[in-house]
Amino acid sequence: MDMASTVEGGAVIKQHLIDPEICIRCNTCESVCPVKAITHDSNNYVVDAEICNLCMACISPCPTGSIDNWRTMPRVRAYSLEEQLGWESLPDELSPEQLAEAGVAPGAQPDAAPEAPSLPAAVSGDAVFNSAEYGASIPPWSAAHAYTNLYGPKAAQKTVTATVAGNVRVTEVGKDYDTHHIVLDFGTMPFPVLEGQSIGVVPPGVDANGRAHHPRQYSIASPRNGERAGYNNLSLTIKRVLEDHQGNPVRGVASNYMCDLKVGDELQVIGPFGASFLMPNHPKSHIVMICTGTGSAPMRAMTEWRRRLRNSGKFEGGKLMLFFGARTKEELPYFGPLQSLPKDFIDISFAFSRTPNQPKRYVQDTMRERAADLAVLLADPNAFVYVCGLKAMEEGVVLALKDIAQGAGLQWDTVGGALKREGRLHLETY
Amino acid sequence: MSSIDYSEKIPNNVNLSEDRTLQRALEQWQPNYLQWWGDMGPEGSQNFDVYLRTAISVDPQGWAQFGHVKMPDYRWGIFLNPAEKDRKIHFGDHLGEAAWQDVPGEHRANLRRIIVTQGDTEPASVEQQRHLGLTCPSQYDLRNLFQVNVEEGRHLWAMVYLLHKYFGRDGREEGEALLERRSGNADNPRILQAFNEKTPDWLSFFMFTYFTDRDGKFQLCALAESSFDPLARTTKFMLTEEAHHMFVGESGVSRVIQRSCAAMNELKTDDPAKLRAAGVIDLPTIQRYLNFHFSVTIDLFGADQSSNAAIFYSSGLKGRFEEGRRADDHVLKGQHYKVLEVQGGQFVERDVPMLNALNEVLRDDYIKDSVGGVERWNKVIEKAGIPFRLKVPHKAFHRNIGALAGVKVSPDGRVVHDHEWNQNVEHWLPTDEDRAFVASLMGRVVEPGKFANWIAPPMMGINRQPVNFDYVRFN
Repeated sequence: MDMASTVEGGAVIKQHLIDPEICIRCNTCESVCPVKAITHDSNNYVVDAEICNLCMACISPCPTGSIDNWRTMPRVRAYSLEEQLGWESLPDELSPEQLAEAGVAPGAQPDAAPEAPSLPAAVSGDAVFNSAEYGASIPPWSAAHAYTNLYGPKAAQKTVTATVAGNVRVTEVGKDYDTHHIVLDFGTMPFPVLEGQSIGVVPPGVDANGRAHHPRQYSIASPRNGERAGYNNLSLTIKRVLEDHQGNPVRGVASNYMCDLKVGDELQVIGPFGASFLMPNHPKSHIVMICTGTGSAPMRAMTEWRRRLRNSGKFEGGKLMLFFGARTKEELPYFGPLQSLPKDFIDISFAFSRTPNQPKRYVQDTMRERAADLAVLLADPNAFVYVCGLKAMEEGVVLALKDIAQGAGLQWDTVGGALKREGRLHLETY
Repeated sequence: MSSIDYSEKIPNNVNLSEDRTLQRALEQWQPNYLQWWGDMGPEGSQNFDVYLRTAISVDPQGWAQFGHVKMPDYRWGIFLNPAEKDRKIHFGDHLGEAAWQDVPGEHRANLRRIIVTQGDTEPASVEQQRHLGLTCPSQYDLRNLFQVNVEEGRHLWAMVYLLHKYFGRDGREEGEALLERRSGNADNPRILQAFNEKTPDWLSFFMFTYFTDRDGKFQLCALAESSFDPLARTTKFMLTEEAHHMFVGESGVSRVIQRSCAAMNELKTDDPAKLRAAGVIDLPTIQRYLNFHFSVTIDLFGADQSSNAAIFYSSGLKGRFEEGRRADDHVLKGQHYKVLEVQGGQFVERDVPMLNALNEVLRDDYIKDSVGGVERWNKVIEKAGIPFRLKVPHKAFHRNIGALAGVKVSPDGRVVHDHEWNQNVEHWLPTDEDRAFVASLMGRVVEPGKFANWIAPPMMGINRQPVNFDYVRFN
């Protein structure tokens, strides 16, 4: 997961604006604004960018939706009250060229961005759907204890050195994707981890502004006792980043550094991180895993741990269900090894969104097809659900869970509430 | 921030459970209210699940909670804005004194009258609109209608709470009477005439919510200034809900105009007959509806010279619109205001004592505010490249209250003889034929995302939901 970069921090803002073509000048926003950032004249209601703190208190009271408009602007060029008062319609977003002209670095992020207002629990379960609201912040009751932050800025030792013990490509050869399985060994240094945790990698060197790179976070793809059982090592699944979320060509600093590492290279690591996205350990506990792309890393870790337990013959595991999405079969990491897992061990559904001549299928589509099985698990307090992958999938997946629960005659308020309260639904999206 | 107690029969943020007498009185009124809602509320819709906004507290996060609910299960309750510490009276003879937390004996009758008059409009509009659901142009619009209806119901609760809490037995009797009067009933009509008119079609409904609910906004704004603190706090919270009603009106008319303009451009005509044949409402008809609703509504502000208005202001019962933003002495003694009259076939402006002219002051503020929205409608027409402008009629046009009552004045503000009036009235006010045509368009459209031919879809849905969301589930 790449941290939001704050290149040129503070130079760019998300400016809050009101659409004069939709606004009915009812004064509700002005009356509810806690910091008095909203004012009006006989033409328009306007927001003072100097005062607005993006608290969102005005958003849901607005009867029209005109209040919910945002523009990325260089701070020094923020639309003034006078400009806004004269508007008859909203201006378009500045183009990347115009932003660059105003001295804003490409990809620069505002220090503060508006968030969707998080509405309290719905009156009847149909309030604006906020999938994140259902994600648990506590682990399952039978999770093992996780060690966190053994190395990092606030720890006694800032980083720990790891050695690359393996680096193999795990997708078919293709030109626009390249995913690697990288094994790191910690030698004699303690680095105890659990499935679902992540680590941070500090790319060497400095960024364009001469500052050290931010650490990048990666989910661990191996089980607690090592990629190779009994060794002090772990594995990561890393996709080489060649474009940003909008499809513009960008070489990801950390992912390219990682994918280019050779066996024997040393690197600086921090972590471990994460104390809630952890698997249940009690017998007959079921695990539902929903992921896309490299979001498969924690799923591989959990599956592998269960496989090892099963092979030991001493553990009675519950059901494992995996919903795995990628653009194409060729891009799917670990496609081969996954295929060879016994069907009575794990129930796998694939979804490919870009297979030529095939309709697009997303993980939530395959989930809906398996509604009958999922509904039973949603109602079972021994079943735990894990979601990992791109942010865009999260809402669709949680909505699918909701519809499946309701389709089975369950109350989503009850089910969704229990999933969160009992540490049974874990969301890790980026 | 006080939150609403849902464990009680009546949701409230006024510690109802601590006042047993009041609680029992309201609990007796509640079944009668529900009976009224069943009899006179939206027709044939009681079993629908409607995507409604319900207040669960009065802070910005709490008062706009959305979910599907059956209307009879809507949580009508009693919500007051938080009290302002040491609030002072800021206008009239008591300027600077502490705001009243109880009703002073000498103002009891007047306050009761103000509250009953305001309260009476709330159930009245629900009654006026009760058949509209049968002819809704879309699910989205149907939902908006029902939202307006349940909130009018809540506003009735707000007024009945004040009557029960502060006016004893008289108040309880008034509370019952509010459920007994009926809009348009010859024997027991609603108090104000505009609330006895029919709302026969959706164009009327949109005009009503734009113009007449805006009168509600101005009355509520004036009462939100009141020295009687519970009334001020109640009406402040009602204003947040009222905004939705005006949104329904402004955007509704705007969408009708948008559709008409699109048809004019498609057919390359401004001939009302051709446009009517194409199933859209021609702009001159929209202008006539506007003339009617505007003129009927500005009558609601009362006589242009009124000693009652002076008493209400000086005694601190009812302020002016945005009283707090005005920079005068807030006492208004010795000041004057110009009111319009017709003498010898000519308009004359007459200086009268400001205090007596406060109805006219509020009416003029209202007119200014109304014109703003009409100009926004004109922008829709302008954007379509059509040379037509809607205009609010002159304030002397078609008046029935005050010095201008019965004077024959054209929409453009000329005093005219009976002959000219009679010849032109069909161009100025909706005719039976206009109304019959608009009624003929009113077919029910309820498929999600579909809209009747005479109205454009909205720019966005409610509460960030898509336009084709299932706003109403019919069960």
